[in-house]
Amino acid sequence: MAYKIKASDCTACGACEAECPNNAISFKKGAYAINADMCTECKGQFSSPQCASVCPADCCVPA
Amino acid sequence: MANVISLDSILGVGELKAAAEAPPAAASGCASSSCGSSDGPADMAPEVWEKVKNHPCYSEEAHHYFARMHVAVAPACNIQCNYCNRKYDCSNESRPGVVSEKLTPDQALRKIMAVAKEIPQLSVIGIAGPGDSLAAGGKNTFKTFEMLAKKAPDLKLCLSTNGLALPDHVDTIANYNIDHVTITINMVDPEVGQHIYPWIFHDHKRWTGLDAAKILHERQMLGLEMLTSRGILVKVNSVMIPGINDEHLMDVNKAVKSRGAFLHNIMPLISDPAHGTHFGLTGQRGPTAQELKVLQDQCEGGAKLMRHCRQCRADAVGLLGEDRGSEFTIDQIEAMGEVEYDQEAARTYREHVEGERAGRHAAKAAAQADVAETVGTEAQPILIAVATKGGERINEHFGHAKEFQIYEVGPKGAKFVGHRRVDQYCEGGSGDEDALGGVLSAINDCTAVFVAKIGGCPSTSLKDAGIEPVDRFAFEYIEESALTYFKDYAERLGQGAINAREGQDAVIRTGAFTARRA
Repeated sequence: MAYKIKASDCTACGACEAECPNNAISFKKGAYAINADMCTECKGQFSSPQCASVCPADCCVPA
Repeated sequence: MANVISLDSILGVGELKAAAEAPPAAASGCASSSCGSSDGPADMAPEVWEKVKNHPCYSEEAHHYFARMHVAVAPACNIQCNYCNRKYDCSNESRPGVVSEKLTPDQALRKIMAVAKEIPQLSVIGIAGPGDSLAAGGKNTFKTFEMLAKKAPDLKLCLSTNGLALPDHVDTIANYNIDHVTITINMVDPEVGQHIYPWIFHDHKRWTGLDAAKILHERQMLGLEMLTSRGILVKVNSVMIPGINDEHLMDVNKAVKSRGAFLHNIMPLISDPAHGTHFGLTGQRGPTAQELKVLQDQCEGGAKLMRHCRQCRADAVGLLGEDRGSEFTIDQIEAMGEVEYDQEAARTYREHVEGERAGRHAAKAAAQADVAETVGTEAQPILIAVATKGGERINEHFGHAKEFQIYEVGPKGAKFVGHRRVDQYCEGGSGDEDALGGVLSAINDCTAVFVAKIGGCPSTSLKDAGIEPVDRFAFEYIEESALTYFKDYAERLGQGAINAREGQDAVIRTGAFTARRA
């Protein structure tokens, strides 16, 4: 299980990258992207996926 | 164009001579509170004046002389405001409609060096977003300031924040010698706050409703107290939202004053459906010019008010009221190559302004005393619109003005109370009737408009609307001219030659600011 970023809605602000506890998010071709292999959906770490909670465009969603 | 505006046009005709003839040591000769409420050295402790005197956002006087620059290195934010759509820049902390070019700290540094070379008036580097400067750990913000402090130690550093992350960063702010911080505080009551903030992200969690507003409020007050207890100057910005927090802002004013805020800046809500903000889409209106002024007047006596804010973009460059950002894009800066920082031009300019100001403080006090003596203290004050390019002079053509500065003048003196943005009436030599209508509604509450020059046609329209066009003070100082005019006006009023202009309101223009460039 992992989250993904809808690139078309991403404002490239980088808030998600700063919050991700797994360093799974990086900037690629105009938008941020989640490396599914590293994403844990923050299970066991936080009460909710950090990227989705901070994203101003609500574009971090279950893959 | 080599400078923000050519120094000649700021300085005006015969300015250097006037400064040389002015009585010396006027700054100390103006020690009483009779100098009016404009924030001169008489109104504050010397160490505070030293900090703010060259900062265009913290000193109304300085904003006529000095330029600021925002670098857009902080796109991330940690809260959602109903007046902001994050697909664009925040529409109140920065003008809406055009997305800023986001910069890395390295690019920001190169841009600052390039701008400093072109604009000797540059005195302040601010980080205001386009998100929140302290969100995402404030990493880019502090990295930029760290590099800048090494390369250009004479530039002042400042930042703007919503305050949520502020308590975590106060020590770092103090360590980097950032001595000006702006906090946007729209409420001191979560009941009010829940209608402004749909959510915040705090302590690894998204909070909504009353909980969100309560946490934000507590963090803002804590951050404010931590900053002021360390001697860091704090300006509080508030967005005035009619029907939601308009009257409540008087409580905000008291609350921030009691916690040591230096300045309170009440700004009108900018709201338009085209901006895609919650308030824009739900038809929430912004205040009129008079509603804003009435609230600001009611807050007088509390925390000192700022009225010269232009709600500039997170990547603005230049004097307040203008934006030369598009002359300094990443591509243009890359093309300039390596730019060395040269303090010489800036130092010469700052020395010149020091001399200029000493004379001004004495001249203003003398003009005010003259009015108080001849007119008496009972006369009603009036509003005057002024076309100016800066330097506290009436030095702009009516048709070229992109904004008018508004001065209130009466027996207590002349003071800057606001500004109105307009479309340029004259472009390419001919007048635009639509633009003229816009100008008239923007300055409809004014008795007169001071200009360096004006054509016959707009002059007639102004008179028909009851606003007197005045060009006889061309290139003179604004405040002294306003007092001279008021003396004459009071005399004509007393003789029954003219009627007082009362009860008028004016429209605050909203929407994207798009400077038209030649």
